[in-house]
Amino acid sequence: MPETTYLEAIRDGLREEMERDERVFLLGEDIGNFGGAFKVTEGLQQRFGPDRVIDTPVSETAIVGAAAGAAHMGMRPVCEMQFIDFISCAYSILTNYVATARYRAGLSTPMVVRGPSGGYVRGGPFHSQNPEAAFLHTPGLKIVAPATARDAKGLIKAAIRDDDPVLFFEHKYLYRRVREQLPAGEEIVTPIGRARVARAGRDCSIVTWSAMVWKALEAADRLAAEDGLSVEVLDLRSLLPLDDDAIVATVKRTNRVLVAHEDTRTGGVAGEIVARISELAFEWLDAPVRRVAAHDVPVPYAPTLEDYVLPQTNDLVAACRWLVAY
Amino acid sequence: MSYPASAASAAPIPAGLNRAQLLDLYYWMRLTRSLEERLVSLHRQGKIVGGVFRSLGQEADAVGSAYALDRGKGDILSPLIRNLGSMLVQGATPLEVLRQYMAKARGPTAGRELNIHFNDLGRGFLGQVSHLGDMVPVMAGITLTFKLRKEPRVGMVYVGDGAMSTGAFHEGLNFAAVQRVPLVVICENNGYAYSTPTRLQTAAENLMDRAAGYGIPGVQADGNDVLAVYEVSRAAVEQARAGGGVTLVELLTYRRKGHAEHDNQSYVPAAELEAWARKDPLEAWLRRLTASGWASTEEIAGVDSRVGTELDQAIGLCLDEPFPDAGTALTGVYADPPAGPVEWYRRLPGTGPADRLPT
Repeated sequence: MPETTYLEAIRDGLREEMERDERVFLLGEDIGNFGGAFKVTEGLQQRFGPDRVIDTPVSETAIVGAAAGAAHMGMRPVCEMQFIDFISCAYSILTNYVATARYRAGLSTPMVVRGPSGGYVRGGPFHSQNPEAAFLHTPGLKIVAPATARDAKGLIKAAIRDDDPVLFFEHKYLYRRVREQLPAGEEIVTPIGRARVARAGRDCSIVTWSAMVWKALEAADRLAAEDGLSVEVLDLRSLLPLDDDAIVATVKRTNRVLVAHEDTRTGGVAGEIVARISELAFEWLDAPVRRVAAHDVPVPYAPTLEDYVLPQTNDLVAACRWLVAY
Repeated sequence: MSYPASAASAAPIPAGLNRAQLLDLYYWMRLTRSLEERLVSLHRQGKIVGGVFRSLGQEADAVGSAYALDRGKGDILSPLIRNLGSMLVQGATPLEVLRQYMAKARGPTAGRELNIHFNDLGRGFLGQVSHLGDMVPVMAGITLTFKLRKEPRVGMVYVGDGAMSTGAFHEGLNFAAVQRVPLVVICENNGYAYSTPTRLQTAAENLMDRAAGYGIPGVQADGNDVLAVYEVSRAAVEQARAGGGVTLVELLTYRRKGHAEHDNQSYVPAAELEAWARKDPLEAWLRRLTASGWASTEEIAGVDSRVGTELDQAIGLCLDEPFPDAGTALTGVYADPPAGPVEWYRRLPGTGPADRLPT
């Protein structure tokens, strides 16, 4: 049976939802006949027509604002940001208009904003960002970030079906590198707000998401082989809402926790997770909670610079060794 | 309705309207002005906890443009802060407005939002947010839905000379124009955005001239002449409904009060205010109604009396209503609120009834 890539899984999820629900439509830059900068929507305009896969001007605020208006009217729009870095252009309308609509006005705004995030691809400062922290602070939004092909499909479908606005941060490094068998005909819907134990362990936990899950698994392999350690990897999958129960459960299992993310450290999502661990499970800790994150600089272009700035497997291995030795 | 003796010699009624509709326009303008006067009074009594925003001198542009929509066909408008009149025409009630201003539990947003920031898509109005320009892309999306569903409905969105300087306005209008959605963009050029005069907003001579850059028609009318406003808006609405796409309508008017009640307009020349006071749209319409023989003084007095009674009743109904219970503040952020000790995070153990220590 052929394997499905992470990118194909997103496309399959979009197509299945468009087939299932005629209210679902896509809008974004170059997503129609061209199929999108990364070809996530390739073939969908041919399949569903230009009214359901709409090419827009270079206007992120218009894309998000128009989606909100359509969502109020009962549609289920899915917006593509060509690179997720450009979601900042729509930051105001997302946080002020979309996120507040239900609370302030009772307006239902079922819409998805998705796009390629993340680095390790020599994309430089404006094609490598991870913007989750900028939106985590906004009540009214949901945020998901899949690590696997199965969750890429399951979460895009869940996001489209959700009655609230969902930011879907896919990782461009994973697009064609991650693949798995996803049986045709199996309905895959990953519930939003639930983490996944990607690897069970006893000695320490790495709490992370998106592409960093794969580095964490690599680190766990090395720590098992070189140190005989049993490392648990918790793939959060959803950042808003956070799965407090799963976070507390992994703390209770291993008592030593590393929170890792690709985004920069200061004000990053790890800070919120560490605060929750402190409030909810302090007594279960045998060591201070550590963070591994990018250095607090924009993502640079040169391979030597990018590899130094972004967290690597070695950083996770070293942090786990420190935790276990504490 | 009994016609006055002069009906036989009355001037022909323009714009395809009938006598009842002409009086209707007067009713909505009078209701707008009187409701705002009551709001000012309530504000001074401390009954309104936030600001009060007046549309004095702009009632004709709000009422005349909204009157060009067809509620029976499901048209939707999105107002700005000086479009109380548009909201009323589209079905918002004085009782709702009063409750909203006074932050009452029974208000349309149950105390969550201010002034005329509320909506009912069923009646055809979508409340604005304070971020100027945002409603243009949102209304582009609403009217895109009309187009995709092949519904003969029209949207109308209001911007001012200030909102037209925002990026959201540009992005939304450009997208709407490209998609040829059935949207009418009403630009109320009232001379000021807060204290900033229009000449500091744009180097364009006329705001309607900017339409050319979007490949759409731009038209202009006297915003203080309710009939002129109605006619130019009606033509744009009919064009949109017929599949003709977006029109930018500039209405020339004037903001005769400060940005809100706290603003004494010290930056406005007195002569300018006096000149525009002489062009008061309500007084002008009143004179024209009677001079043309379209309405009798008795009918006018009847409207004034009806407005007074309606407002007395509405205020009587809600003045002593309570604010919302504090506990309601935490609901309704999501359709399916996440379970969890939300309240625990903001209280130290032992300090309140909502303690929920983690297990």
